[in-house]
Amino acid sequence: MNNVRRITFREALREALSEEMRRDENVIMLGEDIGEYGGGFRVTEGMIDEFGSGRILETPISETAFTGMATGAAITGMRPVVEYMFSDFMGVCFDQIMNEAAKVHYIYNGNYSVPMVIRSASGAGTGAAAQHSQSLENMYCHVPGLKVVMPSTPYDAKGLMKTAIRDNDPVIFLEDKLLYDTEGEVPEAEYTIPLGVADLKKKGRDITLITYGRMTGMCLEAAEMLKVKEGIEAAVLDLRSLLPLDRDAIIASVAETGRALIVHEAVKFAGFGAEILSTIMESRAFYKLKSPVRRLGAAFCPVPSAKKLEENVFPTPFSITDAAAELIKGV
Amino acid sequence: MSYDVLTREISNDFYKELLYRMIKVNRFETELLRLQNEGKVHGTLHLCVGEEASVVGSTAALKKDDYIFTTHRGHGESIGKGADIRLIMAEILGKTGSSNRGIGGSMHVTAPEVGVVGSNGVVGASVPISLGAALTIKLKKIPDRVSVCFFGDGAANQGAVLESMNLAGAWKLPVIFVLIENGYAVSTRPEEASADPDFVKRAMPFKLNPFDVDGDDVLKVLYTVAKAREMVLSGAGPCLIVEHTYRISGHSRSDVNSYRSTEEIETHIKNDPIKRYTDYLISNGFFGAEELEAVKRSAEEEVKAAVSYALSRPDADMGAEELERLVYSDDHDRRAL
Repeated sequence: MNNVRRITFREALREALSEEMRRDENVIMLGEDIGEYGGGFRVTEGMIDEFGSGRILETPISETAFTGMATGAAITGMRPVVEYMFSDFMGVCFDQIMNEAAKVHYIYNGNYSVPMVIRSASGAGTGAAAQHSQSLENMYCHVPGLKVVMPSTPYDAKGLMKTAIRDNDPVIFLEDKLLYDTEGEVPEAEYTIPLGVADLKKKGRDITLITYGRMTGMCLEAAEMLKVKEGIEAAVLDLRSLLPLDRDAIIASVAETGRALIVHEAVKFAGFGAEILSTIMESRAFYKLKSPVRRLGAAFCPVPSAKKLEENVFPTPFSITDAAAELIKGV
Repeated sequence: MSYDVLTREISNDFYKELLYRMIKVNRFETELLRLQNEGKVHGTLHLCVGEEASVVGSTAALKKDDYIFTTHRGHGESIGKGADIRLIMAEILGKTGSSNRGIGGSMHVTAPEVGVVGSNGVVGASVPISLGAALTIKLKKIPDRVSVCFFGDGAANQGAVLESMNLAGAWKLPVIFVLIENGYAVSTRPEEASADPDFVKRAMPFKLNPFDVDGDDVLKVLYTVAKAREMVLSGAGPCLIVEHTYRISGHSRSDVNSYRSTEEIETHIKNDPIKRYTDYLISNGFFGAEELEAVKRSAEEEVKAAVSYALSRPDADMGAEELERLVYSDDHDRRAL
């Protein structure tokens, strides 16, 4: 029964969506080309065969209209899952996310909830350039009323998606597009993962690498290099959800290691790393620090297209390794 | 006291009730203006004096469980749909015992018990949301229910509204678009802002059933919306109703009416929808003047009672931590922070 298989991040998401649609007939999906075409990144492939066009609702390219529609449907009893082909496109409908979905519960005195998931492909690495490669999670985090999830493994993606669909508030679910083809172990049996609980992907006593999404894999690679090349034991803490944020896990790990390197793919300036850093500085972990806390993130420029240019603006396992080693050596 | 949507028969009492509601809306708004001038309103106000026939006629054609989505100028529709004016008045005055505990103010009035999902502070933004309620009605096959969104001639040029008209038409959603053409979007006239200010034409490309009505004639509005509701329920697809009226109120607190003449406003005041309807009822022998005077007095009493109630309530005074606990449905333990 409790068999563990290796499946891709994409398959894990599809399983989560399908299982929840089977469990609750109020769960519907809205998005562009999510039917026969299977969605821009093939996450919903085949789902229309099982659930039909009455539940897999293919929308016109009108993000504002269908995001608002999802909010209205959520208010009145449905549990919509909205797909944007690229998270960059939230720019065309941010009003509906920021001013409407996020605020309905609060401004209308708790009379309504908005149980809605907005899922979208996020991040760079595909050469798709400035309007199809951004990591904009921090913009959502600045809006009270939203929840923000960014998984790094197929296991987490499935468990978190199921929780997000069952959650009674709007959840922004960001899927790093380079993770879709990655494989990982996922049990066949039902499970969920609560929002707001970080996962220590690797233990270590010398430094905590705090990260989320696709950078988690890079941090694990960096941790391996640090061990082999420098004899440094780095812990890797994967936040999994940014809002709610597992501050306790950050503080506990940094208090133990005394060092922190924060790594994200989003632009470093005013990025979510600043919130993580502040969490450390405002906590008891501050007194345990043996070195400054550092952040690695994208350069302050729109994402370029050419392979080398693109690689040059983001953290890599090498830059993470170097930064961590510098912190420890006091360079 | 009833209006039968099917036979379109209005009982004698309901003719009076329509007048009662129009005066109630009017006095609610004028009392607010007075209270604002006395410094008793902290927030801004968007009043609908002059639009009473439009808001009352439209909502009188709907059933209690029909969903309505209103605008920043939303008191009128909410009152027309049956919201408790004591709770709204208290809300706008920032009091406890109010519709939204002081969180919403004038622009977020809600009354779910009578289908008023809520008014909305972003021009055009509630229109896509109204499609969602229509989608739920369609998917769950809820009988005898429609979703209705109200918006102005300003919102008519918002992408959100145009996208929504297309989507509603493409999916045949049970929704009624009520475009209240009230003369001005803040200070801009429809002919200044729109390539073609004949808004009813916009029904055509989106396959909406078109209606164009004198929004200052409460009975015409009532019949029109009732007819549209029937069409939507019969499966004929969504409707667009353009109601032509005139905003006598200024846009908001900051409006000094620099864009229009006093004469223009006076002309509309002299023949406002309430006067028109009163004259109609008297001249057609429905009621005597004294009888209608009594209707007016009782509507005024109700509004005065609402003001007294609101003023007697303590000011809303929740702390930041308490407010933070109200942001999420689930995370009342503040885990989200």
